[in-house]
Order: sequence, then C-alpha cells, then structure tokens
Amino acid sequence: MGIGYTSGKKQSYVADQISFGLSKGELGAIVGINGIGKSTLLRTLGNVQPKLSGSVMINNNPIESLRPDVLATHISVVLTEPIASKNLTVSQLVSLGRHPYTNWIGTLSGEDQIKILKAIEMLELESLQHHKCFELSDGQLQKVMIARALAQDTEIILLDEPTTHLDLYHKVHILKLLQRIAHDTEKVVLYTTHEIDLAIQLCDKIFVMNKSQNNFGAPCELIESKSFEELFPKDTITFDPESGSFKINK
Amino acid sequence: MFLCFVLNLSLGSVTIPFTATLKSIFGGAVENESWHYIIWNYRIPKAFTAVLVGSGLSLSGLLMQTLFRNPLAGPFVLGISSGASLGAALLIMGSSLFSHWYFFEVIDDVSLAIASSIGSFLVLLAVITVASRVKDTMALLIIGLMFGSITAALVSVLSYFTDAEKLQQYIFWAFGSVGNLSGGQLAVLSVFILAGVILSITSLKPLNALLLGENYARSLGVHLKQTRFIIIIATGLLAGAVTAFAGPIAFIGLAVPHLTRQIFNTTDHKILVPAVLVYGAILLLLCDLIAQLPSSSYVLPLNAITSVVGAPVVIWLLVRKKKMIF
Repeated sequence: MGIGYTSGKKQSYVADQISFGLSKGELGAIVGINGIGKSTLLRTLGNVQPKLSGSVMINNNPIESLRPDVLATHISVVLTEPIASKNLTVSQLVSLGRHPYTNWIGTLSGEDQIKILKAIEMLELESLQHHKCFELSDGQLQKVMIARALAQDTEIILLDEPTTHLDLYHKVHILKLLQRIAHDTEKVVLYTTHEIDLAIQLCDKIFVMNKSQNNFGAPCELIESKSFEELFPKDTITFDPESGSFKINK
Repeated sequence: MFLCFVLNLSLGSVTIPFTATLKSIFGGAVENESWHYIIWNYRIPKAFTAVLVGSGLSLSGLLMQTLFRNPLAGPFVLGISSGASLGAALLIMGSSLFSHWYFFEVIDDVSLAIASSIGSFLVLLAVITVASRVKDTMALLIIGLMFGSITAALVSVLSYFTDAEKLQQYIFWAFGSVGNLSGGQLAVLSVFILAGVILSITSLKPLNALLLGENYARSLGVHLKQTRFIIIIATGLLAGAVTAFAGPIAFIGLAVPHLTRQIFNTTDHKILVPAVLVYGAILLLLCDLIAQLPSSSYVLPLNAITSVVGAPVVIWLLVRKKKMIF
C-alpha cells in the first residue's frame, strides 16, 4: 500500500511498499523516526484520509466499500488532533462513542449505558465523569479519548501516539491496558509510538518504518533480524539486542 | 415567552391598555373596536413574525457555529444577507439603471422580498457550488466571507450612483422590520422556518458528533458531505427566508447561541436546538418591544436595537463567567 497526500493532481507519497496484517487479539505498534509517516499510515488505515495506492482490508473487505456508519462499528480511532468543543463533560464525550449504535436522535439504550460505564471504569475516570474537558490535563484528556474509543466497541482500535502527555507510570498503565483489551476481548489494537523499548516489551507485532525498507514481525524476530539497529544514526544511539533497548553513545 | 408575546402585542404606536390587549386576545369585549382591529390585524401577525424571525436566525446561527466550530460564525457567514442586500439594492437603486424593465417599476414589500430572496439564493448557490469542491470547512467560511465582501462592494458602487431618495429607501430596508407582513407572507415564512427546523432536527446526532471535529465525526460514522449539505440547506432556508421578509437583522444569530450556551452550560444539541428557538423568539420580541417603546408614531430601527440591547448582555455574561463556553 502507498500512503501520502494528494494536492490537486499531484500525489506526494510519504511511504510506499507497506504491507502487513494483524489478526484478532493482537496488539501492534508502528514505530519509526519523526516524519517517516507513522501517523499518515494510521490515519490511512482508519480511513481518515484516502490511500494513494494498494488496499486496506477488514475481514477481506476493502474499507472504502463499507458505508461510514458501518465502518464506524469496525474501526475506532484516537487521533492527536484536539477536539473542537472542550465544553463536553467526560461522560458526554465517552457517550459519543456509542454514536454508531444509537437511533436517529442519539438516545442511549441500557446496553449503551453499560458499555459507557465499563469504558469509564477501565480507564479509572469515575471521579472525573462530570468534569468538563477544559478542566482536564492533557494526560487525562488522552485517557478520556481512549475511553471513548473503547465505548465505540469496535474490533479494531487505532491510536495515534496514545502515550504522549503521559508520565512513565501512566504510559505503561495505558499500554498494559491496551494489551489486556487486545488479548481478552479479541480485538486488534494498533498504535503509533516513539517508545520503542516499551513496544518491544508489550506488543505482539511491530511494524518498523524505515526509509529503505519496512519490517514487520514479532519483537524477537525483529531483534534477530536487526531491524531496530538501522533506525537511528549509529553515532548517537545504538540498539542493545540483549536488553531490547536503546543506548546513548557517550 | 408568552409574557413577552403579550407585552409585544400591547405596545405600539397606538396606546392600548394591557388589560384591553388581554381581553382582545381571549375574545372578550373591548371598549374600543379599533383596538381590537389593530391587535388582530397588525400586532398579532407582527408578533408571530418576530417569533419566527428570532427563532430562525438563532437556529441558523447555532448550526453555523457548530458546523464551522467557530464561535464567530453566524447565519450570515455564507453570504446570505449580503446576497439579499444585493438583491434589494439592485431593485431599489438599480431601477434608474434598468428602467426599461417592468419588474423594477414596482417597488413594494413583495417585490423586495422576491428580489432579496433571489439574491440570497443565488449567493447561497454559489457558496454551495464552491463548498462541494473544497474539502476544508474553514476554507468554506472564508469563501462565504469573500462573497459577502464582493456583494457589499457592489452595493456601495450602486449607492454611489443612486439618488438620495432611493438610498434612503434602501437604508430603511436594511434597518430590518418585522411589521407589515400579510397573512400569506407569514404562511410562506412559517413553511420555510419549519422546513429548516425539521432539517436541523434530523441532523441533531451528527451535530453532536461534529463537536469532536470532522475527523472524529467521520470515524463515528457521520456522512460528512451529506451532513454539511443538509446543514447549509437548513441555514439557507432559515436565514434566507428571514432576510427576505424582515431585512438583514444582525446580531441575533450570533448572540443567541452564545447566550443559550452560557445559560444552559451544555453543548448537547438536543437541548440547545429547542432552547435556542425559544430564546431567539424571546429576544426578538423584546427587541421589537423596545423599538416601539417611544410609544409615539416613531418606531426605532430593529437592527440597531438588537445590537444595542443584545451586545451588552452577551458581554456581561462572558465577563461574569470569565470563560467562553463553546
């Protein structure tokens, strides 16, 4: 698949030759250096922006063939862009996740309420439920957005840098939660990240984006195939295969 | 709202006691027959117009603010009022230039309404055509404003070449008024407003999703293009009809959604849409009431009153809450 942006008749490819697949119950990460096209890839997968070539398939159906409201029951996204109205309360925002399932006027059924509460509980947001979004810190808001995606209850959850704005404890907490969601509820969870060490420890599959070639596989395979070592210039950072982490050259 | 309605009825250039107004409405005997006539044939249609105009403008303002996610948007960002102004200006001031056309000979309320409807419809059509080509909603906002400047420029060119009498006539139209509508016109206006309200109600759910931004709304299954189209059409119906019959009434469309958000402290359109309709009606009834307060034969221009009365209220609310809610 090829991804990038169209401007007029000109297509500018950000990345090309992308091919990978995830199956149910897997947590995947997209890693790579700044500007390599991680977010573009994720947004293309979520049909937020159109692809330039190739295809994105869900259960062997191309995503463009699905109606927007049907697609919304398959894929939920957490983007990096800020939400337009910060005057929503936390529970209202999470409730919007039920949008694809509610009737024409958006009435929440009992089942919707249960799913919303469950999502709020999973991210430990009970105490913030009635707060407005402008009162929250960036990290708290990030958790709310993840809760909204959970409430949408889709087989696939795509998250664009879900761990930015979070401290190390909350980063690990969120990633472990994503791992648990993927494993326990048989969902596909895919996120982009800069924290390669954490991804190596927690993910089932990693997609490494690199200019010359893109690699995909389980973390151990990738370490063996030395995929991480060419990621950064060797004179500043080297990859230590033993510990699965990066070391700064002094 | 009912109180405002009745108050509005009881005030006007002919002084009618409040009790007599009540009696007249509820079918009681009124001492003065002409009071009864004034209330039923002049004031009640006017009050109904005020209700429709206020509600219509406020709702279209809310729709635009949510669609553009911009607190400065109002019903007229799509160039609707400037289109109407151009239509009216062409009719009033252009009549000397196009005197051989019969249509331009008759300048009355009906032809004015027709001219301004055509004007606003044409500009709206142009904006919609452009809208289907641009993906970015913000670009649409700028395009609407640009269309506004073009028509405003044309109007000023026209006014430069016209004589004082025609200019005055145009300015009187631009003051805005909710009076002088016949039963038929009122019916037409109600149909347009009703259609706009129905369209808005059908898009309540996407409107709420749009609060998260377009990308999130799309990921929640909102058909963006279709939703945008419906909202623009609804605004065109609401604001276009109002401007055609009552002139370009400023401010209400911008202010009422803000007032309502401040008072209800919510962004849920299921609450906002009905609330905005009621508050818009109340505010315009009050403004019309103030416009007549001098109680003499003079009636102040409605357009001035809406801003003079409304603006301080919005400023006061914003200062008091110290935070703009959007």
